[in-house]
Amino acid sequence: MSTDVTAKSPAPAPGKSGGSANGANLLQLMLDGMRRNMRQYGMLLALGLIVALFAVWTDGDLLLPRNVSNLVLQNSYVLILAIGMMMVIIAGHIDLSVGSVTAFVGAFAAVLTVQHDVSWPVAVVLCLLVGAVAGAVQGFFIAYLGIPSFIVTLAGMLIFRGMTEILLEGQTLGPFPDGLQKIGNGFLPETGPNTNYHNITLLLGLALIVFAVVQEVRDRKRQKEFSLDVVPRNLFLLKLVFIVAAILVVTMLLASYKGAPIVLLILGVLVVGYGYVMRNAVFGRHIYAIGGNLPAAKLSGVKDKKVVFLVFLNMGALAALAGLAIAARLNAASPKAGLNYELEAIASAFIGGASMSGGVGTILGAIIGGLVLGVLNNGMNLLSVGSDWQQVIKGLALLAAVGFDVWNKRKSGS
Amino acid sequence: MAGPVLEMRSIVKTFPGVKALSDVTLTVQQGEVHAICGENGAGKSTLMKVLSGVHPHGTYEGEILFDGEICQFKDIRASEAHGIVIIHQELALVPYLSLAENIFLGNEHATRGLINWHDTLKHASELLRRVGLSDHPETRVADIGVGKQQLVEIAKALSKKVKLLILDEPTAALNDEDSGKLLDLILELKKQGITSIIISHKLNEIRKVADSVTIIRDGQSIETLDVKAPETTEDRIISGMVGRDLDHRFPERTAYEGEVDAAPALEIRNWTVHHPIDQTRKVVDDVSINVKRGEIVGIAGLMGAGRTELAMSVFGRTYGRHAGGQVFKDGREISTRHVSDAVKQGIAYVTEDRKHYGLNLIDTINRNISLSALGKVSKRGIVDEQAERRVSEGFRKSMNIKAPTVSEPVGKLSGGNQQKVVLSKWIFAGPEVLILDEPTRGIDVGAKYEIYTVIDQLAAQGKAVVFISSELPELLGMCDRIYTMAAGRLTGEVPRAEATQEVLMRQMTKDKEVTR
Repeated sequence: MSTDVTAKSPAPAPGKSGGSANGANLLQLMLDGMRRNMRQYGMLLALGLIVALFAVWTDGDLLLPRNVSNLVLQNSYVLILAIGMMMVIIAGHIDLSVGSVTAFVGAFAAVLTVQHDVSWPVAVVLCLLVGAVAGAVQGFFIAYLGIPSFIVTLAGMLIFRGMTEILLEGQTLGPFPDGLQKIGNGFLPETGPNTNYHNITLLLGLALIVFAVVQEVRDRKRQKEFSLDVVPRNLFLLKLVFIVAAILVVTMLLASYKGAPIVLLILGVLVVGYGYVMRNAVFGRHIYAIGGNLPAAKLSGVKDKKVVFLVFLNMGALAALAGLAIAARLNAASPKAGLNYELEAIASAFIGGASMSGGVGTILGAIIGGLVLGVLNNGMNLLSVGSDWQQVIKGLALLAAVGFDVWNKRKSGS
Repeated sequence: MAGPVLEMRSIVKTFPGVKALSDVTLTVQQGEVHAICGENGAGKSTLMKVLSGVHPHGTYEGEILFDGEICQFKDIRASEAHGIVIIHQELALVPYLSLAENIFLGNEHATRGLINWHDTLKHASELLRRVGLSDHPETRVADIGVGKQQLVEIAKALSKKVKLLILDEPTAALNDEDSGKLLDLILELKKQGITSIIISHKLNEIRKVADSVTIIRDGQSIETLDVKAPETTEDRIISGMVGRDLDHRFPERTAYEGEVDAAPALEIRNWTVHHPIDQTRKVVDDVSINVKRGEIVGIAGLMGAGRTELAMSVFGRTYGRHAGGQVFKDGREISTRHVSDAVKQGIAYVTEDRKHYGLNLIDTINRNISLSALGKVSKRGIVDEQAERRVSEGFRKSMNIKAPTVSEPVGKLSGGNQQKVVLSKWIFAGPEVLILDEPTRGIDVGAKYEIYTVIDQLAAQGKAVVFISSELPELLGMCDRIYTMAAGRLTGEVPRAEATQEVLMRQMTKDKEVTR
């Protein structure tokens, strides 16, 4: 995953300390840095802790190459949804319909490819379009008719769930053509000499490391140019080492199994792309502005309705993509697919630092939030915790994450 | 009269950084209607909040004597228990509850938590009759007009066995007929022995209902006049309200050297706007104003005069319902239907309420400054962060925004610095016409001077500036011409040479009956 999106968020940038630092109080500096960027580092730390805990509890099973690969495949759909949901929530709205849209698109894909023998690339394009239209229709009601998004998407949740069942006539439909299955289950192809590792995955990991390091260094340089406080040199190096190590570990784990899943590649492109849009594009800025203070954004000439409309259109398209991924993975479209996915996506966004009132959050945050939930899911499955207790624990995790954030903000008095 | 019912002695109230009341003494006689008047921000409302316990005992200095005993109210309930009830400008009624439910809200006729509807309705209709309302007590508040709502508030006050009724600008939102009814009711209650304090700056109202008037200026009580005495003329009251030294300092105006076209940079003709909800109320009524390049034109008016509403309805119709009028830019008619149209036409509006309408407080200085003109620092929809930062760093230095970096969230800045960010934002948009709405509200004297200097520079560069302010000295110090508004209408236009505080205040307090 890119570090491009980690570096900046609308949250407070580096504060007062900084300047010259000696190695002796590196720990102190680290703590300071984390406290200042609690939103970002707090959750990352929590994720690390959860991973460590489950790794111990499962006697290392959690970090077996096969399981890591599984973890990615199992959670890709939530992560895709979380990206769109984060944008919706930053804009100050909510989307309850994504689970149903996911199911609906899966059903639509099945009808196209299984019943009507449409070639799978055409079906994928049509599915994405249908998702975008579903999002656009809801977005129209929300943005232009001023109906609260909670209501519109609650209606959408019922409507698309119902339409899924109508399309499938209550049956499960499958299997999908091979090409489509690959989206959910496939891995990158392999070439080159036999190294016991997946060569392409190794190369990709290497490229990612170079990209991340270059981005970080460039960012730091740029901040210095504007005489901003930057993290002290040794802390910065530590951060780089950490990033490189993290990417390396994940790469090695994936490469020693079947290589990087295709869906991980798709997810990577989405994270980098949307991260860039949210941080650098005028469109992204306008989303933050609308969520942060709608009247002020309007009075600044931001076309708020258009932006909200597009955010929901985009959410629909991403829900369609998630729907394809999940249908392909299960190799069937089922009327009950995507149940409660909207709640997992919303939870991911909030665990990842979104605010109920909008205006705050990052794409990377949504991914971290989604991973927290994903690791909890996977880890508890390995420990054969029943789904009853899994839900209780996930609920508590959400409450704890947001509660901690609220408490931390109150303490810092901002 | 039977001696004082209320004495407030040497009240001092400080907010962080501001002394809202520096020394106020108020004596209200038993059974009278006592008016309090003063300019916006003079401290009238703060004084009433001290009296009613909104600002509890211990947060102010001085003492309050009510009914002969020293009172130390810790909240509104405590003052209400003594029979002091305040009716705020913003009505505190729940729109979707009935009149009866509202009247007894928090004070329900109930036994063991169950409401006794029979008693509730019976008492409610008695109280409604006392304030001259014949509506059924089960009518929803949302279904009656603002004028009647005001009367319901009074009925609610009566239900609390009120001895001293405080009305904060009670007629500001009312039409003439409803105002008349309300004032009659106050006189009627006076006959029943209820003492009232009425905050108002409508002099004809004060003359109609009040027995005496206390003038407050800059947080100090200046004098108390007997309204019925022949020497208490409206001019006498006005001079009390404005009679302060011009101790503010203003930069010397720099003349604009460029050409001035025959046509004004911005001209608004016959502009009329209705209240967004109450369609029968004209908030802006047939107003025509113009401003030329290099000129600073002031708009003076008291609360409810319609100045902000005028500005916001012109700027992208962001207030009320447009009901007629045209906007001309350099002699050409333009559409300002949407904010983006107005911005494209080179018009900027700097709001009076920077926290709600001006800034995204959780975002950085940098991103706030660039928001209204992101196109200037972006290519093909992608923001060039370096260019953006260069721009906002430039403003941070030139406007002297006190913050370590432009990455600081705006919410952490002081009022003055926030105002500089809002100004920077709109200067960056590169407008030819700037409408500044109370640009120095709530900021300290030093920052004020800096902002005056910026405004002067803008005019010197050939921008046309509309300067809306409630502080007369500031208008007199900065403007070439000053329009006055009252109750949504233009009541005068005064060139700099003829403008004095007294002249302006007389036109600002003109009401419809007076102007005829």
